[in-house]
Amino acid sequence: MTRVGVVTFPGSLDDRDAQRAVRFAGAEPVALWHGDHDLQGVDAVVLPGGFSYGDYLRCGAIASHSPIMREVVSAAERGVPVLGICNGFQMLTEAHLLPGGLIRNDHGSFICRDQLLRVENASTAWTNAFAVGQEITIPLKNGEGGYIASAETLERLEGEGLVTFRYVGVNPNGSLNDIAGVSNERGNVVGLMPHPEHAIEPGFGPDTALAMRSGVDGLGLFTSALQSLLAV
Amino acid sequence: MSNADTVENAIATPEREQPYEALGLKADEYAKIREILGRRPTSGELAMYSVMWSEHCSYKSSKIYLRQFGQKVSPAMKKNLMVGMGENAGVVDVGEGWAVTFKVESHNHPSYIEPFQGAATGVGGIVRDIISMGARPVAVMDQLRFGKIDDPDTARVVHGVTSGISFYGNCLGLPNIGGETYFDPVYQGNPLVNALSVGVLRHEDLHLANARGVGNKVVLFGARTGGDGIGGASILASDTFSAGGPTKRPAVQVGDPFAEKVLIECCLELFAGDLVEGIQDLGAAGISCATSELASNGDGGMFIELEKVLLRDPSLTAEEILMSESQERMMAVVQPSKLEGFLAVTSKWDVETSVLGEVTDTGRLVINWHGEEIVNVEPRTVAVDGPVYERPVAYPSWLDALQADSASRLLRATTGDELRAEFLRVVASPNMASKEWITNQYDRYVLGNTALSFPDDGGMIRVDEESGLGFALASDANGRYCQLDPYRGAQLALAEAFRNVAVTGATPVAVSDCLNFGSPENPEVMWQFSRAVEGLADGCLELEIPVTGGNVSFYNQTGSQPIHPTPVVAVLGVIDDVARRIPSGWQDEGSNLYLLGTTRSELDGSAWAGVIHDHLGGLPPLVSLPGEAALAELLRAGAVEGLIDAAHDLSDGGLAQTVAESVLRFGIGARIWLDEIVSRDGVSASDALFSESTGRVLVSVPREDDVKFRGLCDGRGIPALRIGVTDAQSDSLEVQGLFTVPIAELSGAHRSTLPEHFGAVVGG
Repeated sequence: MTRVGVVTFPGSLDDRDAQRAVRFAGAEPVALWHGDHDLQGVDAVVLPGGFSYGDYLRCGAIASHSPIMREVVSAAERGVPVLGICNGFQMLTEAHLLPGGLIRNDHGSFICRDQLLRVENASTAWTNAFAVGQEITIPLKNGEGGYIASAETLERLEGEGLVTFRYVGVNPNGSLNDIAGVSNERGNVVGLMPHPEHAIEPGFGPDTALAMRSGVDGLGLFTSALQSLLAV
Repeated sequence: MSNADTVENAIATPEREQPYEALGLKADEYAKIREILGRRPTSGELAMYSVMWSEHCSYKSSKIYLRQFGQKVSPAMKKNLMVGMGENAGVVDVGEGWAVTFKVESHNHPSYIEPFQGAATGVGGIVRDIISMGARPVAVMDQLRFGKIDDPDTARVVHGVTSGISFYGNCLGLPNIGGETYFDPVYQGNPLVNALSVGVLRHEDLHLANARGVGNKVVLFGARTGGDGIGGASILASDTFSAGGPTKRPAVQVGDPFAEKVLIECCLELFAGDLVEGIQDLGAAGISCATSELASNGDGGMFIELEKVLLRDPSLTAEEILMSESQERMMAVVQPSKLEGFLAVTSKWDVETSVLGEVTDTGRLVINWHGEEIVNVEPRTVAVDGPVYERPVAYPSWLDALQADSASRLLRATTGDELRAEFLRVVASPNMASKEWITNQYDRYVLGNTALSFPDDGGMIRVDEESGLGFALASDANGRYCQLDPYRGAQLALAEAFRNVAVTGATPVAVSDCLNFGSPENPEVMWQFSRAVEGLADGCLELEIPVTGGNVSFYNQTGSQPIHPTPVVAVLGVIDDVARRIPSGWQDEGSNLYLLGTTRSELDGSAWAGVIHDHLGGLPPLVSLPGEAALAELLRAGAVEGLIDAAHDLSDGGLAQTVAESVLRFGIGARIWLDEIVSRDGVSASDALFSESTGRVLVSVPREDDVKFRGLCDGRGIPALRIGVTDAQSDSLEVQGLFTVPIAELSGAHRSTLPEHFGAVVGG
């Protein structure tokens, strides 16, 4: 069975949720510890949401220098699929695995909402189960989710199709170009602010037109990873 | 080495003047301490007694009334109660080997002085109570009351409190699943910030706060001790604010949610490894409370070397260390053979730990400071046998006149246009309006088990992923009702919370309360308190659900004006499988809408009277608790058989508010008619819309289940009247023959009130 590692930092909050999502996608979740130098041979890695080490500096800044992150960086360079969710996305930008950075929401408050996204690139390791242009609803919850990058970087991201997800209808945090998630050139590393692990189980996801809390659009990210690993 | 006031010194200098009044003690209380000790207290002992004998910690004014919760119990109420009042939080058996612990507590005064930190540490404190029981915290809720929405100071408090709860709760990774927000000028100088936390545990993981086993180590772990929150319990929580007085800001604690999050995981790993004998969180009164309570509940003796406390500020005196309310600290009793394992876990989580001393059999709590004895007391005299007051009680001089001023004299609207205008004013009023400006700042998803959360009537959390076992929680209090009649007002709060749990499909099983009142030194306030407690205790006995714990907050007033009595009642319910939960809003086309219960002309204390006529007077609605129980049983049966696709209780704002919320939940319109309510119950159309009669629920029933559902109601003798049908195509709410409101207009009215005062809601 495909094994997907989920890293727990002291302030990780959605690590159990990410493990559950991996399980629902049909893979075996493996708990990884921030202080270890060991990825236990997993096939893919998820950096979950939370506040890593308290995030009193920039979010994810200290976590990006943790022992496990050195292993994650070298695995990513070998092409291992790595997904950063929310705080995990912040770590990936701090570790320079992904371009740009994340700053305080433009309105200044924490925001939790069911967010409509458009899939802009369906060829990454974490999005191949979707179709380009597909609209999905994923819960978003963050205080520092405003995506920023230099003008040149933005131009490159747009030009090379590295924008993976874009906010639709409402830009909830002031992200430039409505960017919700990006990938690296190789497509194995993806980061996004919304939380796909909260839209994987009927009854506990976002509301849909059909029924309350029945949204499972997030599952596609996790099944994508399995697809891409099987395809290798 | 030190210049501390030692026991030896206290004996040698009996006449030394001591600042007991500045520490919040009365002259007779100070005399009592001297009598207990047979000498003057040392300054360290005086510090301990002053905080532990404060109103906040000792319940000295409320104790004689709170006893009723232990006395008015039936065998059925004890059946599932694993831990009752007196521990950090009550624990209820919910079946399948699982237990749930929950408690609601106040952090009112700190939240006025410093709204952000006050509210944040309120969440932190109640969560530590839950951990202390051996449970994993799984959700939080808050009960908030602010001043007038357009008062210039209200926005300061609202922004601070909301962001404080958001900051702390979100960083802990606990979903916020519900609560209440009210605005009323009576809370202008004294907002109420109550926080509820709930946790789950396996039966065998239950832990208690006691220090047993002579030779066992007493260990302090978590954040370092600093100079924050000194005298929080005695100076702040047990006195009223006075104009021109000192700011008291240093008495507010400062919170670090990351430290608390780590502490949660660390404690759970300690419990899992069976490394802890007894545990107590450090909240009000800090080390004074933890040492004296642990010792009182155990073998009776403890020896502590206070200089071993790890400090954030090395200049703190022994007295300050004893009184500090620095957050994110816990005290554990650990067997010597398990100490190494204990330290391995705390070090894994980078939690600083120091061994302060050990359990003894001397019957004394002895605290040394650099080798000199500064405390030597019998712990029960500090923690348990504090003063008990029978405060004077007086029937309020103004109450008869207030009760005589009924809303029945107020003008009723009759035309469709008038009713439409009043309908929109009520649903847009600050207390009835959407609270999403606040709730959107809280994480409701984390942990992945949230089955219901705001704006549904109750929150619901799955406990067991395999079986689907879960619990529901709702809390309510209506200060306006309680001002009119505190006995009935407390029962109305109980009835509403009970009904809010029942409409989710869960079975109500237990109660926690947070009793917010004015000064106990005011005999009229004491009368309100005594009546509210009596009402709540009688009500719980009648419903046969136990009060498992709670909190009393006195001195909530500005100057001489007390708040309305605000007994927040939280009810816990159990549901076998959360997949059978019932939402509050309509989801489907063509479902029949049934109003369960009877409508009387009950507008005294109502939202309508307040919003349309700025009126408060008369007697609040009648309560029938057996009726509530029968209604709850019907809803449970309906949920089990899958006959109900939505249920929403009727309370503040009456049918008008319920219909508006049910439409807006999923944006499904409806056509309703009032004629049959008017003719069957003999009320006007206005009363049918706005009356707040209890024991009523509006349910939506799929057409194919209509006959079965009617049969269910008939069989139980519950009056059920079909008053409408959902209509997804209409995009409007039509009250037949009277008025129609497009959903867009209704949504605009209901959702724009808070943003107008506090800023836009993201995605508006």
